Amino acid sequence: MAGKLISAVFGVLAVCFLLLPLVVILPLAFTSSQFLIYPIPSFSLRWFEELFTTPVWRDSIVNSLIIGAGTTILATVLGVLAALGLREKLNFISAPLNTVFLLPMVVPAVVLGVGMQILYAKLGLSSSYAGIIIAHTVIAIPLVIVSVANSLQGMDTRLELAAASLGAGPAATLRHVTLPLAFPGIMTGAVLAFAVSLDEVVLNIFLAGPGQRTLARQMFATLRDSISPAIAAAAFLFIAGTVLLTLLVLLARRRFSGAR
Amino acid sequence: MVDYHIRLDGVTKTFGALRVVDNLRLDIVRGEFLSLLGPSGSGKTTILMMLAGFQDATEGTIYVDGHMINDIPSHRRNMGVVFQSYALFPHMTVAQNVAFPLKMRGVGRAEIDARVNRALDMVQLAALSERRPAQLSGGQQQRVALARALVFEPGVVLMDEPLGALDKQLREQMQLDIRELHGRLGLTIVFVTHDQSEALTMSDRIAVFNKGLIEQIDTPRMIYDHPATRFVAEFIGETNLMEGEIAGREGGEALIRLDSGGMLRVRDRAEFDAGRRVLATVRPEKVELSEAPAAINSIPVAVTDSIYQGDHLRVQLQGPGQRLVARRDRRAAEWTPGAKINATFAPEDCWVIVP
Ligand SMILES: Nc1ncnc2c1ncn2[C@@H]1O[C@H](COP(=O)(O)OP(=O)(O)OP(=O)(O)O)[C@@H](O)[C@H]1O
Ligand SMILES: [Mg+2]
Repeated sequence: MAGKLISAVFGVLAVCFLLLPLVVILPLAFTSSQFLIYPIPSFSLRWFEELFTTPVWRDSIVNSLIIGAGTTILATVLGVLAALGLREKLNFISAPLNTVFLLPMVVPAVVLGVGMQILYAKLGLSSSYAGIIIAHTVIAIPLVIVSVANSLQGMDTRLELAAASLGAGPAATLRHVTLPLAFPGIMTGAVLAFAVSLDEVVLNIFLAGPGQRTLARQMFATLRDSISPAIAAAAFLFIAGTVLLTLLVLLARRRFSGAR
Repeated sequence: MVDYHIRLDGVTKTFGALRVVDNLRLDIVRGEFLSLLGPSGSGKTTILMMLAGFQDATEGTIYVDGHMINDIPSHRRNMGVVFQSYALFPHMTVAQNVAFPLKMRGVGRAEIDARVNRALDMVQLAALSERRPAQLSGGQQQRVALARALVFEPGVVLMDEPLGALDKQLREQMQLDIRELHGRLGLTIVFVTHDQSEALTMSDRIAVFNKGLIEQIDTPRMIYDHPATRFVAEFIGETNLMEGEIAGREGGEALIRLDSGGMLRVRDRAEFDAGRRVLATVRPEKVELSEAPAAINSIPVAVTDSIYQGDHLRVQLQGPGQRLVARRDRRAAEWTPGAKINATFAPEDCWVIVP
């Protein structure tokens, strides 16, 4: 009984700890004041207007969407292929290869950033969309691999044998059986990839030119010189976008598991 | 001339040092129901996997209709496979599952619908065609798997313990259903099981496997009445084994001197010469019990237990130097433990094998 109470209290505290920063910042998105302070004088959407009309903010939102979409597509395609490939028991190379793919999760972004900056200078990829998208893809791929591998692991391999016995070649089996069954994992991986790209600042600092400044990077910059409530509005967009994506995944999973 | 549908010629499968299937020669007749029966780990599934093309034979050749198929991938072998776990596609409805093999063969939409309906009618599932597999009972899923494996009219259907997950009553019903379908569609069926009564019920022939080798392949009747080896005699049903040696021949019957003392008169098998060590086998239901000794084949025994088993009475006996068991009608006299009686059987009910 006491144990239950303690864990309940602890749970509530943990949730507060996680949510409090959001609760503090979000209302400020709707302030009419010039400053990022309480109390809020009156309700206004002026900072959202600012976000969507000022070129720096608007461009950074567009950049975030372009880079996020590019990363999502590239990381998902590569991640799905890698997860499928890693499933084959290629005895001696599978295990080390797996580690290599998951490495970007543990390598500090700063280290990656330095390395890529040098590499990109040689390849001529510095300050380009392609360069940023590739960089984000590197850190997003492990997340896709892990979530896709997870749903592949839960799949009965005899389903693929059954498909073959019923006349489906390797491509048809992949299309009609393997990928549909891995769909929840692919969906989760794609959303995680998008979220990682949105959130990424460190690599952007190293690799992006002014032309690829993303929303997160712009917030970071703004925070340093002028603390304007536009940051709160940007934060609100972030949260709203993330919640929306999460709902989307839940919905997709729900539909899928309803299908089972 | 016998029309062989499938021929396995010297097929061997090894996993590392383990020889799971050892130089197997097996001819499967067109339209026959062949059961592969054997204890766990005897290589039955492995043989089926090689037939379906899911695993390569380490050595040897597999022929279908006289053509070697070793290098043909599974999806071009045109064999229906039914798995123990059913392996239905969870993201498709029953109708979509059954339509899958037709879709893969590029059959037109209208024809797919017609054939799916016919297949579902055949397994009495037409009413459930829009359900997902998860919304079906085990028996219903089994029927869907069957319909899916048959709808594209494969010449060969491979089944790996397809009834293993069903309860007894449903299993027996499905055994009869599958047998009936087999007869009606003229299919060649290779059916893996480790349930000997299932094999006896369903098969035209049974191949009894032990450690990757065929111990005996024959009709259920021959397997049961005339087992070739001790392994078969003990694996199929229950049996009494008595060791001895051939003492001579008399009037078309062989005489066996039992190690435990006493003489048996048994059905002669000319291939066994006098002096040969043999095992005399008698099924429990062929053993008669009486208070007075019989003229021939009479073994003095003491009743150790008498167990009521519903449709019959199982009587455990201690003879000289060995135990015996008899299966009697439940209305027969009940023997109390300790009773000294005689066990006896007719010469033609005793089958002799080498130990
Ligand atoms: N992929 C594999 N790698 C290594 N050994 C294997 C493999 N597949 C099967 N075996 C071994 O081969 C032997 C035969 O396996 P198989 O599955 O054919 O047996 P089975 O007769 O079907 O048994 P059961 O009645 O339990 O299904 C077993 O000892 C098993 O451990
Ligand atoms: Mg098996």
